[in-house]
Amino acid sequence: MKRILGTVVAVTVLAALSGAATAQDGLVMKRIAETKTITIGHRDASVPLSYLGPDGKAQGYSIDICLKIADAAKEELKLDKIEVKFVPLTPQTRIPLLTAGTVDIICESSTHTLGRLRQISFLNTTFLTGSKLLVRKTSGIKKIEDMTDKVLVAVLGTTNEKAAQVEIDTKKIKIKGEIVKVKDHSQAMLNLEQERADAYVSDDVVLYGLKSASKNPDEWEVVGPYFSYDPYGMMIPRNNDDFRLLGNKTITRLIQSGEMEAIYKKWFEPGPTKINYPLSDRLKENFQLIALPD
Amino acid sequence: MGSYNWNWPILLKEPYFGWIVSGFGKTILIAVFAWAIAFPLGSAIGIARTADNRALRLAGTVYVDIFRNIPLLVQMFLWYFVVPELLPADWGRWVKRDMPYPQFITAVACLGLYTASRVGEQVRSGIEAIPRGQRDAGLAMGLTPTQVYRYVLIPVAYRTIIPPLTSDFLGVFKNSSLALTIGVLELTSQARQIEEYTFAAFEAFTVATVLYCLVTGLVIVIMRIVESRTRIAGTIAVGAQ
Amino acid sequence: MFGSFDFGILLANAPFLWNGMLLTLQLTALAVTGGLLLGVVLAVLRLSPIKPLAWVVEAYVNFLRSMPLILVIFWFYTLVPKLIGRPVSGFYSVLIAFVMFEAAYYSEIIRAGISSVRRGQISAAMALGLTKMQSMRYVILPQAVRNMVPVLLTQSIVMLQDTSLVYVVGLRDFLTSADIVASRDNRPTELYMFVAIVFLVICFSASRLANQLRRRYSL
Repeated sequence: MKRILGTVVAVTVLAALSGAATAQDGLVMKRIAETKTITIGHRDASVPLSYLGPDGKAQGYSIDICLKIADAAKEELKLDKIEVKFVPLTPQTRIPLLTAGTVDIICESSTHTLGRLRQISFLNTTFLTGSKLLVRKTSGIKKIEDMTDKVLVAVLGTTNEKAAQVEIDTKKIKIKGEIVKVKDHSQAMLNLEQERADAYVSDDVVLYGLKSASKNPDEWEVVGPYFSYDPYGMMIPRNNDDFRLLGNKTITRLIQSGEMEAIYKKWFEPGPTKINYPLSDRLKENFQLIALPD
Repeated sequence: MGSYNWNWPILLKEPYFGWIVSGFGKTILIAVFAWAIAFPLGSAIGIARTADNRALRLAGTVYVDIFRNIPLLVQMFLWYFVVPELLPADWGRWVKRDMPYPQFITAVACLGLYTASRVGEQVRSGIEAIPRGQRDAGLAMGLTPTQVYRYVLIPVAYRTIIPPLTSDFLGVFKNSSLALTIGVLELTSQARQIEEYTFAAFEAFTVATVLYCLVTGLVIVIMRIVESRTRIAGTIAVGAQ
Repeated sequence: MFGSFDFGILLANAPFLWNGMLLTLQLTALAVTGGLLLGVVLAVLRLSPIKPLAWVVEAYVNFLRSMPLILVIFWFYTLVPKLIGRPVSGFYSVLIAFVMFEAAYYSEIIRAGISSVRRGQISAAMALGLTKMQSMRYVILPQAVRNMVPVLLTQSIVMLQDTSLVYVVGLRDFLTSADIVASRDNRPTELYMFVAIVFLVICFSASRLANQLRRRYSL
C-alpha cells in the first residue's frame, strides 16, 4: 500500500513539475477549446486596420483576418460554435494583456520587432509600412528635417516614437521641447487638430487612415520618406506553436485562395473611409513569400 | 512569477537611468510649483469662507464645490483641451503654441487650482476650530478684522492644521502623476516608458514606487518635526478629512 | 464663444456614453463594497492586541497611501494576472487595484471612527457590568458608525472620481468613452464639458447628502 502511495505521489509530483515546465505550451488553443471563445485585442483608431466603426464595434483589415483565424480554430478544434470577444487596448497595454492571457490574439497595427519577440510571438507579416509624418497642408513641413522649432507628437510605446527619436538625435534636429508622448492615435490627432502639435509621427498607413477618417481630410497631408521599416503581424503569446501554425496556415490559405486580396480591397481600395491605399508590389511579393507550400 | 526574467542592472544603463532622474525631477517640480499656487490661493479661499462678508463666503464656497466635485483627470483635460479653445483666438494660440513647456505648465496650473480647494477646506476648518471668543476678544481690544486674522486667527489655525496640510501636499505630489495623461514625462510615465523600451515592467515600477515612498516618508518626518516645534501648548491638532 | 457648440453630438452618442457611465458606476459600486469590507478587516486588525499583526497592516496602509493611484493601477494591471496565474480581464485587474487602494483609506477612516469614541465610555460601560463585546456592540460601534458614515460617503465620492483614472489603461469608462467620441469627431470642448458637468452634479449632490448626514447624526 505504502509503495502504491509512494508511486502515486511521485507521479503526481512529476506531472506537476512537467506541467510547470511547459505551462506556456499551447495555452491558447486549450483555452479556446475549453471556453469556445476567442478573445481578440483591437484598437480604437488604427484606421482601417483595427478601429471602431460607426456602430461602436471593432472592425478593419486585421480584424477580418483574425475572424478567419477564429473560423479555422473552430474547425481545427471541432467546436460546434465559437464566440468572438473583443477587448480594446492601447500600445501600452497590449503586451501585458497578451502575456496575462486576457486576450488570445492582437489584431491591429503592431510592428513585428526583434525586441518584442523576447516577450511575445507574431504571426507572419500581413502588412508593410513605415514611419512618416501627418501634418497640416499649410504647415510647409515636407520631411522630419523641417521640424526645427516645431512640436512633434507620438504615441508612447510605438516603434515610430523610437524611430523618430533616433532620427532627431542622429540628424540633430532641434524640435521644440521633447516629443509629446500620448496614449493613442486619437489623443495624438486631438493634439494635431488643436494645433498644439505640428506633426504626428506614426506608420504611414495609419496616418492615411486618420486623415481619411478626419472631418476635413483635405486639410491634412502625409509627408516624408520612410524613416523606419514596420512590418505588421498579429501578436500572440509565446510558446504557442500550435496556435501560431493555425494562424499562419490560415493566412497562407487566404493568400492562395485570393481572399486576402479581397479583404485588402474591401478596406483599402478605397475602403469605408476612402483611404485609397492600393496594394503595393512589395506587399504582393510578401504575400507570395509567406504562402508556404503544404 | 517564476517565468519573469529580472533585469535590475538595466535601470542603471543610459538612457534609462537618465529617464528616471529626469522623471523624478519633473515630479518634484510639478508638486512644488503646484503647491506654490495651492497654498496662498487655498489660504485666501479658506479665509474668504470664514469672512463676515457674504459675497466672499459664497465665492469661496462655489470655488471649493466646483473644484472638489470634478475628477482631477477631467479637470486636466479641461485645462489642456478645452480652455485654450474658449479663450480669444490670440490668447488660445499663445497658450497652445508660444507658452514654454505647455504640458508642464498646464499640469502645474491644474494641480495647483485643484489643490487650492483642498487647502481652502483645511484653512477654513482650522479657523472655525478656534473658539469664537478669541475673535471677539481681538475685536474688543480694538483690532481691525484684518488684524484679528493676521495676529490671532491665522497663526493659531495654521499650527493646528499642519498634519492635514502635509497630507494635502503629499496629495499634490502623488497627483502629479496625472500629468502623464497630457504628455508630461514625470516619474510614473518614465517608468512606463522604460517598460515599453526594455519590458522590465516590475523593475521600473519598483524604482518609481520606492522613490514615491521615500519622498512621502521624508516629508512626513520633516513635518512631524515642524509640528512639534510649533505646537501650541494644551491643544490637539484638528482639520477636515 | 459657445456659438459653435454642437450639443447634437451628445445625443448622437448617448448610448455609447451611457455604456461608459454604466461601467463607471459598476466599478465604483464594486470597489466601494470591496474596499469597505477589506477596510473593516484592516481596521480591526490594526486595533488588534497582536502587535506584529497591527504593524503589518499599518505598513500596508502607509505603503499604499504613499503611492499615486495611477501607479497602483499600472502595478496591478501587470501584476494581478501573474499572481493569479490565469487570465484576468482588465476590468478585474483594475477592480482589485481599487479595492486594495481604497481599503487603505477606508480602514483609516474606520479606525479613526472607533478611536474617536472616548476611552472613558468603555470604562463606564464595563463598570456598568457590560462585557467587552457588549460595550463594543451597544456603546462604541453606534457612536463610531455615526462619526464615520459621512466621512466614508465623502471618501466614496472621491472614489467615484478616481475611477476616471482607468483611462490610463484604456478601460472604457465614462471619461474614456467621451474621450473616444471627442477625438473621433474632434469635439473635445462639448464632450469634456459634458463629462465635467455630469460628475459635478453627481458629486455635488452626494457631498450635500454627506453634509446633511454629518449634521443630523453628529454627536
